[in-house]
Amino acid sequence: MVRSVPAGTRQLVSKDSISARGDLKLTRITKSYGDFTAVDDLTLTIPKGSFFALLGPSGCGKTTTLRMVAGLEEPTVGSIHLGDTDITTTRPYQRPINTVFQNYALFPHLTIFENIAFGLRRRGIKDVKEQVDKVLNLVELPHLAERKPTQLSGGQQQRIALARAIVNRPALLLLDEPLGALDLKLRRQMQIELKWIQREVGLTFVHVTHDQEEAMTMADTIAVMNEGKIEQMGTPADLYDNPKTAFVANFLGQSNLIKGKIEGSDGDNLVVDLFGQKISMPKSRSHAVDNSMYAGIRPEKFRISLVGTPVRGNSLTGGRIEDVSYIGVSTQYVVAMPWGQEVMVFEQNDDGVPPFDKGDEVNISWEPNFTFGLRGDEDIEAGTEVNPEELEEE
Amino acid sequence: MSLPKVRVPYLLLFPGFAFLFTFFILPIINLAQTSTQTPIAGGDTGQYEQTLAFSNYVQAFLDNKEQFGRSFLYATLATLFALAIAYPLAYAIAFKSGKFKNILLVLVVAPFFTSFLLRTIAWKQILGEEGFVVPGLRSLHIIGQQTTLTSTSFAVVAGMTYNFLPFMTLPLYASLERIDPRTIEAAGDLYANGITAFRRVTVPLSLPGVVAGTLLTFIPAAGDYVNAAILGSPNTKMIGNVIESRYFKIVDYPTAAALSFTLMAAILILVTLYIRKAGTEELV
Repeated sequence: MVRSVPAGTRQLVSKDSISARGDLKLTRITKSYGDFTAVDDLTLTIPKGSFFALLGPSGCGKTTTLRMVAGLEEPTVGSIHLGDTDITTTRPYQRPINTVFQNYALFPHLTIFENIAFGLRRRGIKDVKEQVDKVLNLVELPHLAERKPTQLSGGQQQRIALARAIVNRPALLLLDEPLGALDLKLRRQMQIELKWIQREVGLTFVHVTHDQEEAMTMADTIAVMNEGKIEQMGTPADLYDNPKTAFVANFLGQSNLIKGKIEGSDGDNLVVDLFGQKISMPKSRSHAVDNSMYAGIRPEKFRISLVGTPVRGNSLTGGRIEDVSYIGVSTQYVVAMPWGQEVMVFEQNDDGVPPFDKGDEVNISWEPNFTFGLRGDEDIEAGTEVNPEELEEE
Repeated sequence: MSLPKVRVPYLLLFPGFAFLFTFFILPIINLAQTSTQTPIAGGDTGQYEQTLAFSNYVQAFLDNKEQFGRSFLYATLATLFALAIAYPLAYAIAFKSGKFKNILLVLVVAPFFTSFLLRTIAWKQILGEEGFVVPGLRSLHIIGQQTTLTSTSFAVVAGMTYNFLPFMTLPLYASLERIDPRTIEAAGDLYANGITAFRRVTVPLSLPGVVAGTLLTFIPAAGDYVNAAILGSPNTKMIGNVIESRYFKIVDYPTAAALSFTLMAAILILVTLYIRKAGTEELV
């Protein structure tokens, strides 16, 4: 049954904004609630067709940003463009943007079919049945069309929420912590599926999450947000291998940050003094502004060797194994360094060498190219104290 | 000293059941018996004997068709007016009141702190010559200079609307408040403008409250006699007034009982049809 849409509605949705396509541009967006600034002078371009993730802890402003793009909040300052169309103040129903809400927000009084058909019917689309069936097949749940949302499992509801949004072929699909309510295994599976669906339908996905692994699995580009600002933006590999700030270094995976001093340069490399021991690292990977620096090394980049055995690359001597945790694919060590710092080392269990024991005297070494350099005035605890499992963000 | 688990529910049910049996089931049986009695030949006023005179029902109904009709008409009107007033009110309290929510809810039930009777008598004052409503409407030429509002159908329906308003407002509020605001946002996100989102999402999701509220208003309103007695005239008599006068003034117990049963049956049938039509599984 195809309902005809009242003339007024038809006119509203056929405005320019609804057909706008192209890159999403946020220009100098600020959103304040009284004294609290949720989003602070944010400028961002999300290219058409990309899978973009806004990653950050609770309260970093990522959800507020998403709600402004959806039209559910209006920026205090700044503008939002989709292609060449200014959509800063257009109403949500006038935007070619659909959202997968955090708790799905399916309509409990409608069947799954009618939930998915909702947007099509509002726009007066003719072949509702055909399109709904197609998208139900895409999410592999065609047999649930006549059920009510409460009769579905969390994972099924999640797919229906996705289907309800993508059936409209929006210029932009917003996903607000879409997998937050699912258990770990299902989440992993849905991450892969979402990525596949995004390629399949070729829409621009903007994904908000606090889960760094989820962002890295799915997104082409990640913007790490903290306190209303973007800390760093780039591909998952960029952000992980060469974080610019301590917040990014700690929020995405784990980092060992060792206080150091730049002593000089050697060709394309910097020579850095770490508590009396010299190491080298590529100049291009240093974000230091003066000669004080934190040298950053990811735990899995470190190698451990017993004192007296040969080492390659950079090395630091005088370590002692403090703690050993065997976790299957790898063994995690805590190594106490002579200057009092404890560093994390992850070793793959792939070389047949029995793990080191607590109390072993060791050296640690790594390839110079894996080092990244942060400004010496960084707060090295930034990004560590947030609990990544923290879910609700209002 | 532990009771076998299975007995506990029965023990918990017992006081309520005993109470209902004594004060509801037994009187109902008594009422049913009374409804088919006829006066004892040569007896005093108020003396009746059981003759299984089911014709009492026919006679009682035929004599009071008009009052039955009026009862259901007034009750329907009062329910509709109460719904029209209560829905926006409940909506505002549920979604727009912010920190004033609790104060507003207290205000909704505040009238209960005064007796039902007193409030109805107060309406007589409000709608009377000395009130501000009649002179106000007259000076605005909305009603004629000679028109009065007391002792009219309008006064009775207005009184009922007012008296039963909280019964409409509270269930509506409860079901509106339960709606996840994100579903309304989702409607907007899916190309529904404000009005469409309201019609397609808010209204259907508040339907359980509408059904509960209209029943809680309609049922007592259909059997009400206080409003008609205080605010009405002999021309606005409802079935409740007839039953009351049959019992206490004419001492015609069988007719009063037959009318009570007829009213009960009529309400039951209407309510059943209504619930069927509204189709709310959640209600039962």
